[in-house]
Amino acid sequence: MTIAVRAESITKTFNGTQKALDQVNLSVNHGEVLVVMGPSGSGKSTLIRTFNGLEAIDAGQLEIVGIPLDTDQDERQIRRIRRRVGMVFQQFNLFPHLSILDNITLAPIRVKKVSKANAEQRAHGLLAQMGIADQAMKYPAELSGGQQQRVAIARALAMDPELMLFDEPTSALDPERVKEVLDAMRRLAADGMTMIVVTHELGFAREVADRVLFMDAGRVVELTDSTTFFTQAKEERSRRFLNQMAH
Amino acid sequence: MKWKRSRWLELALVVVVLTLVGILVNNLAVNLIRTGLGLSFEWLWQPAGFALSEHTLPYQPGDSTAWALLVSWLNSLRVIACSIVLATVLGVGAGAARRSLNPLLRQLAGLYVGLIRQIPLLLQLLFWYFVAFLGLPSQPFAPIGTLISLSNQGVGILGLNLSVEFSAVLVGLSVFTGAAIAEVVRGGLDSVPRGQWEAFRSLGINEGLGLRRVVLPQALPAILPALSSQYLNLAKNSTLAIAVGYADLYAVSDTAITQTGRAIEGFLILLLSFLALNLLINGGMQVLNRIVVHPAQRT
Repeated sequence: MTIAVRAESITKTFNGTQKALDQVNLSVNHGEVLVVMGPSGSGKSTLIRTFNGLEAIDAGQLEIVGIPLDTDQDERQIRRIRRRVGMVFQQFNLFPHLSILDNITLAPIRVKKVSKANAEQRAHGLLAQMGIADQAMKYPAELSGGQQQRVAIARALAMDPELMLFDEPTSALDPERVKEVLDAMRRLAADGMTMIVVTHELGFAREVADRVLFMDAGRVVELTDSTTFFTQAKEERSRRFLNQMAH
Repeated sequence: MKWKRSRWLELALVVVVLTLVGILVNNLAVNLIRTGLGLSFEWLWQPAGFALSEHTLPYQPGDSTAWALLVSWLNSLRVIACSIVLATVLGVGAGAARRSLNPLLRQLAGLYVGLIRQIPLLLQLLFWYFVAFLGLPSQPFAPIGTLISLSNQGVGILGLNLSVEFSAVLVGLSVFTGAAIAEVVRGGLDSVPRGQWEAFRSLGINEGLGLRRVVLPQALPAILPALSSQYLNLAKNSTLAIAVGYADLYAVSDTAITQTGRAIEGFLILLLSFLALNLLINGGMQVLNRIVVHPAQRT
């Protein structure tokens, strides 16, 4: 099995003092689903944002899909990684001035040099897979939050990524819209996609994750298979968090 | 019929303004009668009697003053139109460079904007004319192939011959307005949410393409209104061309006024000409606004 993410004592400091990441070690295999949990400000978002170069690390070593990502970032190197790593944001971040179809085909056509016809065919396929086949000609503002997030997932998938990063993908959604997005992610996981998901959805984590990474104050508190995490977490901090989430 | 208070205030304001205008016109008329001049535009059809250093339409000193004014208005239009294009290119380039990932580019653009905005435009025009262009050697030389030839007699670009005066006004206005436009563009780019930059970067799209296809289209609603006021400023600032002897509308009107003594009529024509010009620019920008700003973004 090949390794999708290898992080060795990576550290990230904001404003010179506040440690967002403190000596984080992590290795994620291809085909694995890792859920990252922890209280807000624990560094979970920062962690996955370093994996596609949206945040630079200050120290340590990072290798994403076999490409090293050094502390002094080379733009071209980062773009090589980004072409192969998809990212889904909490706020969807669809391009509001482009149609759903253009949102999805922009990068395949301009970055991967896929022909327009092929890119559009693929986009229609992905939209169907996401259960929103009839929305292609609309604009993002005309869609519900859940639909927008599924377009965002389709947009990332259109680049045929080896690794998908999800940064709290359901946190900005109405409760009744959460399920449709999680279902799409479940299907993706079932198809064997390598996924790293920052989320507070305990049900999703319990059901879909192979392993759970629990963070607090920029440090890894616990990294274990999800069954163990939810039934017999070793650390007191993890148990306290799970307890609070259950209430 | 009951009127709201605001309606009465409006009416009062109209009365005050009309009264002031009335006083002004009366004052003018009384003084014109006292000096025995009266308002007259006959001088417009008399021979101008002065030469123009450059003209796009045929012109001789024997032609009418009206013709001289029209020819100089075209000179103004020409330098304003060219400057608008050049200033926009400079401004968009420098504005985008200030948000570049390349620190050298960022600093260079910051230096340009910072420096140019601190120096009065008149000084800059005098610099470009007396130091930069008149400081060129008298024998033409070509710094980049046969594309451009430079000398203190004039500038040649792709077979087009530009006078030193035109070149100095063009470069001066463009560099000055370009710095202001750079700030407008930078502000527009900053108005686009951070997430949009992150979204295109995450897709492996490079900065140039992301700027063109993702960020700039969304920044346009914020940029265009401020941009059109920069264009209007540029048009008004072009009157400083008189300082380097470029035969623009203001310079030629000034000469005509001096020769005929018809200051009030001359200034009226000047005012109306610039009003027409700026209404033209304003209208153009409104059409542009309607075309490029996406319906989904209009508020």
